[in-house]
Amino acid sequence: MNFSLLDLEPFFLSFKLAGITTLILFIVAMPISWWLSQTRCKCKPFIEAVTSLPIVLPPSVLGFYILYSLSYNSPIGAFFEETFGIKLVFNFTGLVIASCFYSFPFMVQPLQGGFESLNKNMLEASYIAGKSWFQTLIYIALPNIKPAVLTGLVVTFAHTVGEFGVVLMVGGSIPGETKVASVAIYEFVEVMDYSQAHIYSAIMLIMSFVVLLGVSVFNRRHNKRIGVR
Amino acid sequence: MITIKICKPLQGSQGEMDLDIDIHIEKHAFVALSGKSGSGKTTLLRVLAGLESAEGNIKVNDLVWQDETKTLATQKRGIGFVFQDYALFANMSVEHNLLYVCKDKALAKHLLEMTELYGLKDRLVQGLSGGQKQRVSLCRAMMNRPQLLLMDEPLSALEPTMRSKLQHDILALHKEFGTTTIMVSHDPSEIYRLAQRVIVLDQGKVVEDSCTKEVLLKTQGSQKFSLRGELLDIIQADVIHIAVIAIGQQIVEVVLDEEEAKSYHVGESVQVSTKAFSPSLSKV
Repeated sequence: MNFSLLDLEPFFLSFKLAGITTLILFIVAMPISWWLSQTRCKCKPFIEAVTSLPIVLPPSVLGFYILYSLSYNSPIGAFFEETFGIKLVFNFTGLVIASCFYSFPFMVQPLQGGFESLNKNMLEASYIAGKSWFQTLIYIALPNIKPAVLTGLVVTFAHTVGEFGVVLMVGGSIPGETKVASVAIYEFVEVMDYSQAHIYSAIMLIMSFVVLLGVSVFNRRHNKRIGVR
Repeated sequence: MITIKICKPLQGSQGEMDLDIDIHIEKHAFVALSGKSGSGKTTLLRVLAGLESAEGNIKVNDLVWQDETKTLATQKRGIGFVFQDYALFANMSVEHNLLYVCKDKALAKHLLEMTELYGLKDRLVQGLSGGQKQRVSLCRAMMNRPQLLLMDEPLSALEPTMRSKLQHDILALHKEFGTTTIMVSHDPSEIYRLAQRVIVLDQGKVVEDSCTKEVLLKTQGSQKFSLRGELLDIIQADVIHIAVIAIGQQIVEVVLDEEEAKSYHVGESVQVSTKAFSPSLSKV
């Protein structure tokens, strides 16, 4: 096994994709999950069902629809390419968009659960103190749901690193552009290069375990600090 | 002067009812709001705070908080609210809970010193006792120098000694700031000590509205004293019956004849009074 010949680019690509997706989703999902946690609107079950769809939908189905909606033949794809000169499929941009759809519920659900667990009177005390919903969200709600925030960030990151079906459909396997670690493993197995597949898989396995262990340790410490066993 | 004329359908303990309130409260007054559980006391406070909607008008010192055309947002009402469960900001220290409301360090220091909490100002609120938490909550409510202070059973979760200390703090703050205050309470001694006026709600309606003494003092005519209690048991002893009655934290026994014993039922609310003897007082 020659480690010096190991091509680390798919890993960098995977982490770059996961990092950007996590950042975008944190910003986008935060107000949506806050709204879902606070609203009494009758359309809430409908919105929750839509946001949860990527959990149950086969990645190939999601990938197909994203491909269909963003390709040059679609109005959205044509608009972006003609107006901004940006292609939305078979490149890194397409991967980021697809990942945001694919991992959306993994950010929304922990945050929504965290917000819903907050003492309602505490939030109302903030409104009574003259603070807006946004100030309440930033200064009161988010600091009091740190474990949920960390879970959302880590699970979204890990889920994006591990995605395969959607990535393959929307991005293909262009080295340095869309060939992420999970696709690289698939290709090693396809050409029966099991030693490379083993190394890549072991790296993914160890990293996933370390990340989840870190989350567990953090949550334990946080709960100890606020007096929850 | 605060004018409240509101109406709101409620799901009470005995089915659907209307919260129908039409009261005026003088500036600087301390009003206690009493009544059975589910009579609409908390809802009234929440409507005043703008946390729940209701039909009608609310006017506070010539400023319209609510009428047919507009409702002033909670954030703009400038009120203080003390919750039964404290509702402190768990991620902040004692001092930051106060400074979050208003960045007035001098006022925060003054309030914390008044309530003997200044030494704990850097502590996270989770580590505090119930009494300390409620004192922080009280100080926090005073930070924006509210024109109306609302308190929803602020002391009901505390033990008697701490209650007494908190009552003293509430009274001291009321004297200093002159804030018009509405407090939900079930404790007669607490109401007597703090409030000048009691409003009793039942099924969403005002059933009594008078000065504290008139509402709380239950003696009538030549009665020397009169206490309200709950009949716990009727025990037969030879030819007489003994009624066991709980009055506050005390249990007393009253002798009944057979006819009387038959007319009372365990669990009933009863009044224990005497006319012939003057009650005597001694220190314990």
